[in-house]
Amino acid sequence: MTTEFFVLLAVLLAALLATVRPLGRYFAWIMEGRPAWAPLAAVETRLLRLCGVDDGEMDWRQYGYALLIFSAIGTVALYALQRLQGWLPLDPQHFGAVSPDSSFNTAISFVTNTNWQGYAGESTMSYLTQMLGLAVQNFLSAASGIAVAFVLIRGLARHSTRLLGNFWKDLYRITAYALLPISFVLALVLVSQGVIQNFSAYQNVTTLEPTTYAAPKLDAAGQPVKGADGQVVNQTVIVPQQTIAMGPVASQEAIKELGTNGGGFFNANSAHPYENPNALTNFLEMLAVLLIPAALVYTFGYAVGDTRQGWALLAAMALVFAVAVTLLAAAEHQGNPAIGALGVDQAHTALQSGGNMEGKETRFGIAASVLFDAVTTATSCGAVNSMIDSYTPLGGMVPMALIQLGEVIFGGVGSGLAGMLVFALVAVFIGGLMVGRTPEYVGKKIEAFDMKMLSIAVLLMPILVLVGTALAAVLPAGVAGLANPGAHGFSEMLYAFTSAANNNGSAFAGLSANTPFYNILLGVAMLLGRFAVIVPILALAGSLAAKKRIPPGSGTMPTHGALFISLLIGTLFLVGALNFFPAWALGPIVEQLSPLPVH
Amino acid sequence: MTRKTLTLFDRSLVRPALLESLRKLDPRVQWRNPVMFVVYIGSLFTSALWVQALVSRGEAPAWFIGAVTLWLWFTVLFANFAEALAESRARAQAASLRGMKKTVTAKKLKEARHGPWTVVPGDNLRRDDIVLIEAGDFVPCDGQVIEGVASVDESAITGESAPVIRESGGDFSAVTGGTRVLSDWVIVRCTADPGESFLDRMIALVEGAKRRKTPNEIALTILLVALTLVFLLVTATLLPFSVYSVNAAHAGLPVTLTVLVALLVCLIPTTIGGLLSAIGVAGMGRMLLANVVATSGRAIEAAGDVDVLLLDKTGTITLGNRQATAFLPAPGVDEKDLADAAQLASLADETPEGRSIVVLAKRFALRERQVHELEASFVAFSAHTRMSGVDLPQRQIRKGAADAMRAWMESQSGSYPQAVVQAVDTISRRGSTPLVVAEVYQGKPRVLGVIELKDIVKGGIKERFAQLRRMGIRTVMITGDNRLTAAAIAAEAGVDDFLAEATPENKLELIRKTQAEGRLVAMTGDGTNDAPALAQADVAVAMHSGTQAAKEAGNMVDLDSNPTKLIEVVEIGKQMLMTRGALTTFSIANDVAKYFAILPAAFVATYPQLGALNIMHLTSPDSAILSAVIFNALIIVALIPLALKGVRYRALGADAVLARNLLIYGLGGVAVPFIGIKLIDLLLTAMGWY
Repeated sequence: MTTEFFVLLAVLLAALLATVRPLGRYFAWIMEGRPAWAPLAAVETRLLRLCGVDDGEMDWRQYGYALLIFSAIGTVALYALQRLQGWLPLDPQHFGAVSPDSSFNTAISFVTNTNWQGYAGESTMSYLTQMLGLAVQNFLSAASGIAVAFVLIRGLARHSTRLLGNFWKDLYRITAYALLPISFVLALVLVSQGVIQNFSAYQNVTTLEPTTYAAPKLDAAGQPVKGADGQVVNQTVIVPQQTIAMGPVASQEAIKELGTNGGGFFNANSAHPYENPNALTNFLEMLAVLLIPAALVYTFGYAVGDTRQGWALLAAMALVFAVAVTLLAAAEHQGNPAIGALGVDQAHTALQSGGNMEGKETRFGIAASVLFDAVTTATSCGAVNSMIDSYTPLGGMVPMALIQLGEVIFGGVGSGLAGMLVFALVAVFIGGLMVGRTPEYVGKKIEAFDMKMLSIAVLLMPILVLVGTALAAVLPAGVAGLANPGAHGFSEMLYAFTSAANNNGSAFAGLSANTPFYNILLGVAMLLGRFAVIVPILALAGSLAAKKRIPPGSGTMPTHGALFISLLIGTLFLVGALNFFPAWALGPIVEQLSPLPVH
Repeated sequence: MTRKTLTLFDRSLVRPALLESLRKLDPRVQWRNPVMFVVYIGSLFTSALWVQALVSRGEAPAWFIGAVTLWLWFTVLFANFAEALAESRARAQAASLRGMKKTVTAKKLKEARHGPWTVVPGDNLRRDDIVLIEAGDFVPCDGQVIEGVASVDESAITGESAPVIRESGGDFSAVTGGTRVLSDWVIVRCTADPGESFLDRMIALVEGAKRRKTPNEIALTILLVALTLVFLLVTATLLPFSVYSVNAAHAGLPVTLTVLVALLVCLIPTTIGGLLSAIGVAGMGRMLLANVVATSGRAIEAAGDVDVLLLDKTGTITLGNRQATAFLPAPGVDEKDLADAAQLASLADETPEGRSIVVLAKRFALRERQVHELEASFVAFSAHTRMSGVDLPQRQIRKGAADAMRAWMESQSGSYPQAVVQAVDTISRRGSTPLVVAEVYQGKPRVLGVIELKDIVKGGIKERFAQLRRMGIRTVMITGDNRLTAAAIAAEAGVDDFLAEATPENKLELIRKTQAEGRLVAMTGDGTNDAPALAQADVAVAMHSGTQAAKEAGNMVDLDSNPTKLIEVVEIGKQMLMTRGALTTFSIANDVAKYFAILPAAFVATYPQLGALNIMHLTSPDSAILSAVIFNALIIVALIPLALKGVRYRALGADAVLARNLLIYGLGGVAVPFIGIKLIDLLLTAMGWY
């Protein structure tokens, strides 16, 4: 553990805290639908009218229908774009069509705000696909996530009504007034720090030192040539040149963080110097990821007329986050016991970073790497600037657990708040009974129908993760994708399904997931993990909005104090995370306890 | 009625409950409780595995499967037992009621007047049949007195030995089957068919035959089912995980089905699942113990949620009667003269107020007077004159409300001094009732002064209201008094608000308004004119002494007819909800320890390093699993007393209650199973089983 880590953590949280109130109020303004500055308002009105959107509000069914249709069209369009990119412009590297299963997986992945990437961006996607397909969905999936949070906030804030807002209007206002302007500014700042933004073809450069390595000699059919002794014949390969990928990166990088998307322009994601060149961009990217999820929590408190409600949820999030990232940092600073056993000094000194630096960029070091990792797994961003596969087993368990909490520690834009509210309602249901009243949250009684919707929202994710992992663990097609056998391989599979079902998108790596088996199974997990949770949340909002609002009294369970925060965290762990305890035991825990690294 | 207080595990209750818990093994009964149904299916499944192990090669030693199976069945039986015990306790409480439901004969009349009758068995009476009940007869059905007046012994139902008067018309016309007429006779129209009488409904309800799940119980069951489903998947997917691990580590064998079922049963919320319905039945039973009959479990649940209590002033907040506490003479009148006149005017006044005036006058050492010596003729109170008094030779004394007396003085062309007006005002402001005394002596009219009649606020009621306020419940006093008087009494009693000059209409209005704010309202009532308000209120306790209409409109009946009971009703409702919440929390928190017991045991053969998770140092994998299963079964029995008695209730703010219960049932729920499982394991080891 280093001072650097704690200072960085403190500065990040402080910077975030400073933005919460103004940005939260701003989102409240967007949500309330009040007119913008006249010229902007005119554009809004005209555009919406042009699209044939009528101004009226919708009930939860209409809202959900609009959202599902919109997402379905987005998925089909993105699929088509990938399949057709070979015939379309802005393809300097002449990439052909993406394979059907990979296109399917990627289309779902970006529409669901997961941004799981079974492909490598720089060797698969044309600039047009990146910009018109992936970046556009980065905006729209984030906007629809925020829209869902708006609906749930309205459900809690309104009373005795069926109406929950207009999806199209919400979508427009969120994109036009929040996502676009903030992304624009962030992209410019990133460019100033060295993130590239161009349409050039890839550059071939001669390296200062040629790369030399041994590889099996291949015959004409592509099969390794075997010598007389039956052994594969190796030859020395010398590579004097390197191809450097180019592209419109900055414009995509900004929304990748801001919309908690996480899908990298390049395969190396934020570890790539063109996506994340230095410590400053690293910090800004972390902050951008947290901005909206944290601000929306304030928006919620503001909308229900009691900002303490929002601060309580935010405090619970910050607390779990701080503890988790500290555990992660401790595990990584500890270093690898197997290497330590060989007499290698892993201590942190002025001259070396110490700890486990495998898979981490030297320009970030352990502190900025683990913090970035915790930020992107606590939220549903999923971007990485270091390779989780190379973390110590317990270190790797932390991001996994953060995702398995259901992406509610800040969480995805919108979906994080919605998920946290779901847990808050469950916590209130159990705790509320203990004060001798039928449970209520911000004046809304929690009844049988609400409990049904809450149960689906809480239940579905663990089911998807566990069943998916179980299938992969026993089917040959699943086990075939593993780079490491044993417990570490188990963690890889578990992480993949965890990431997909929670719409996170980060990868443990080490799993060859670009196969029809994983593409399809993970695609289904992402789809259900997103929409099969959104629908019950909308229904819940509908049911809550129709209820009367009960004024709080001294007999009402307070939902803003330290007590509620501990109850909420307790519920998160007992109802949320405990389901994964057996899986942790067979993956990261057993690996950590093993005398030698299993992989 | 003498009620024997039953100890928790009374022998007379336990034996039938044990039998009943076997009878409840019927799958149709089990199906109603989804959590326990999973345990039931699990037990059947391991039973089959055990048989397989006995007759051929099983997946584990037969004795191990057998032992796990045995304790799984115990888990089911213990849950059955908890429910059966709660039911039999409640049934015992109702038994005394059933006992008096002996077959009585009835004198059935052809028409509604005293005339010839035919004797029929009481069970044959239908609604609208008319019966004659004479002194010594039992009342054969619930009904309404349509003619006559009689004193009735209702002790069988209320436990109150003093007989009550029942007469036709008015608010005291309802009679209940099973009570006995002591004197005179009444003609009664039956209001219920056989099997639907008040008593029958009560017994059915208490015995749980007609018990429906309450709304909150349904919501909680949904949560429990959801948790059960998740844990079902957690354990089911452990098999493929285990197969993968065995292949990867090349050691051990995949986890056995027996262990998976054991883990499943330990993880699903069996503690609350097994006790949930017992808690509901026990809540009903506790109401009955307080002599309140709830017509539905829903009403008890609503009682816990009440935000506003509407309380009648008279009888609830104040003692039924006002008492004279002071004489305020008019200028130029001696206080003793005023007392003397007041005493004279009240000698024949048999109302409690009148008697209290006589008592107060005694303090002035007035001589005892014999009414017949005075040649007095008394003037009774009439609604028209609104005064009463006495006419003596050459002297007329009157007492009455201020405005009535002023009118009388004016009609006698007497003056009404300003000082008296002020005295009246002062008294009203104090929340007391002023009674002006005046006389016409030898043709000379004169106001003598004012008597202060004071409402006596019941002792301890203020503290009770303060308690309610801490619980977040507002109290509103309902009174027919004017605003001044009402405000003063409200302040003295410490209620939060009051409704003065109440009429049935504005009472109903107040309830509607409060409900529109989203609050739940509780009230008590007895008269027919209370019925609309009772029907509107969320929790409506009708006095048993009240009219049939009031009882039909309310959702609870207080057999003691004690309006203060409302507070107890609220407490019982809260206690029931708290018990549910506490046991749910406890049940979920228990899982942490069970994971630590079972997981290392299940996988240590594959990954020996997982032995490090065996932080309780349990003797062997088998003993660990068995200990967890045994703990899981025994904790149900151990918590039966809590489920039946309810979590200890204290009138504290929500924050304090939550902190306390979270500490006990949340943290306690995490800690207790660690200790319990370890102890059981030690015991199994000490007995040489391992």
